[in-house]
Amino acid sequence: MATVSLHPAGDYRTTYAADTTIFPTRNSRIAMILGIALLCLCPLLLGRWELSLMINIGILGIAALGLNILVGFTGQISIGHAAFFGVGAFASAWLHEAFHIPVWACIPLAGVITAFVGLVFGAPAARLKGLYLAIATLAAQFILEDFFARARWFTGGVAGRITEPLVLFGYAFDREESYFYVVLFFVVVMFVGAANLMRTRDGRALVAVRDHYLSAEIMGINLAYYRTLSFAISSLYAGIGGALYAHYLMFVSVEAFNILFSIQFLGMVIIGGLGSVMGSLMGAAFMVLLPEVVQGLADALSGGAIDRALKLGTSINYLREMALGAAIILFLIFEPDGLARRWRLIKAYWKLYPYSH
Amino acid sequence: MAEAPILAAEHVSLRFGGVRALTDVSFEVRPGEIFSIIGPNGAGKTSMVNCVSGRYRPTEGRVTFEGQDITRLGPNRRASLGIGRTFQNLALFGHMSVLDNIMVGRHHLLKAGFLRGMLYWIGGAQREELEHRREVEEIIDFLEIQHVRKAPAGTLPYGLRKRVELARAMAVKPKLILLDEPMAGMNLEEKEDMARFIVDLNEEWGMTVLMIEHDMGVVMDISHRVMVLDFGRKIAEGRPEEVLADPHVRRAYLGEADEVTQPAEETV
Repeated sequence: MATVSLHPAGDYRTTYAADTTIFPTRNSRIAMILGIALLCLCPLLLGRWELSLMINIGILGIAALGLNILVGFTGQISIGHAAFFGVGAFASAWLHEAFHIPVWACIPLAGVITAFVGLVFGAPAARLKGLYLAIATLAAQFILEDFFARARWFTGGVAGRITEPLVLFGYAFDREESYFYVVLFFVVVMFVGAANLMRTRDGRALVAVRDHYLSAEIMGINLAYYRTLSFAISSLYAGIGGALYAHYLMFVSVEAFNILFSIQFLGMVIIGGLGSVMGSLMGAAFMVLLPEVVQGLADALSGGAIDRALKLGTSINYLREMALGAAIILFLIFEPDGLARRWRLIKAYWKLYPYSH
Repeated sequence: MAEAPILAAEHVSLRFGGVRALTDVSFEVRPGEIFSIIGPNGAGKTSMVNCVSGRYRPTEGRVTFEGQDITRLGPNRRASLGIGRTFQNLALFGHMSVLDNIMVGRHHLLKAGFLRGMLYWIGGAQREELEHRREVEEIIDFLEIQHVRKAPAGTLPYGLRKRVELARAMAVKPKLILLDEPMAGMNLEEKEDMARFIVDLNEEWGMTVLMIEHDMGVVMDISHRVMVLDFGRKIAEGRPEEVLADPHVRRAYLGEADEVTQPAEETV
């Protein structure tokens, strides 16, 4: 995404390679490396609960990034993302059980399978737009949900499917402390992949289709191909996220991938920032942490007058969903470009301080 | 006509229901030419260009490019044949940087698909990007838009956007470039710049130009040949001065009334 860059004076870029990096300044590169190093230390420092939250953020972040490529970058719409997430989860478990493929290979393969499923359900996108496409993806959601419930060979039917942990060189990644690294690895790979995509040919083509499809076509971009491709890439991300989810929970239930979950993905993308790679992760973090914050608030207020009036203890589930809905609406009104833009503004504030005007 | 035409329209007609946008229009553009289409509003100039760029398919007749029939070819396929165009109403990718906008023009010349793009350093996508970046920078230099290359295209003033659009069309490496009113809404200075760019891209970059323009001064100065459309029909074609002298053209376009009905201007 192009924004007015805050390129520091004196930082002369003398090669085109230096001008096309993902992280524009040396400090931002150092910050990123330090950040990842710090994340690597997390399992040593944090408890299980915090780690499980971070694992969830990572898994949902990958899937949300996929939806962002579709909605934010290509300007399409999908309200069936959770179903593709589910396809990835079941596909990975099924591949492992039916073909005895090692789990580390199942995860990317599940992504590829989901990409093909996405290709099939994304085919209408070659012709449909806006509301019509939304309804077509809604159909995908329900068809896949129904498929999950009926295809016992694939999903284990209503009983769900037990999955095996990821094993590498005899070491099982079956606890939060170790699985954290698996998720971190995939997060880095998938996010770098998306950032790379957006600075090369096909990524630009996707954004061109969003911004002005008529002139994109004149520039030699095949609209039907890129609209469908966008669905495939989006499903690839959903599938890998889903596969990671399956091998983390060790159990996949058929009911998990409902339309509410799909809406949550849309919420993550909107809150994080449409058309922002890092925003997808921020949106996922927001979505994972919001219920915790609501819970924390409810706990803090317990016993008080508000608690008695609203019966916080019993209605906490509704409160969470309401908070989610409110967050989406408030973001749409006050910050339609999401947390990613907020973050840029904060960075700009500190860079320009005290001359921010 | 010794040289084979780069673009030929043969008896092109275009109808939208009962509306006849074009009726039996034929013309040829020779390699290396600046060929202008003029005519009053609604004469079918943009429709004609749309038939060439693929937005519209002619109801009758055919369009050939370098001898190849392109009448039914999809618009996206024509870029790789070597046809680039700009639009009358700006059609930039507003949220992309100027540089990315122009790089989109390279789309058909770049090879790396999405997988190689995601791997960037491994599959050669980076090398390819940088090579094309170098060539794109030449276009940026030529059109004097270095200072805005990182700015989002949607934030630029009108005159610059027109120039970025020209840059994007040039990035396609077209043999034939279609310019739909490149000077509309510009001030005199910007028009002069644009005219210079058009002459240069024709002479130095070797692009054949098919241009729609309302500014008669510019058209007469830089075009090699001019075609005049009126109500979807071709009423004249030839060198600028010939066309200007044509009585049909004077009546239809330049607003000169027939002698008999000419009002006495002194009384105004």
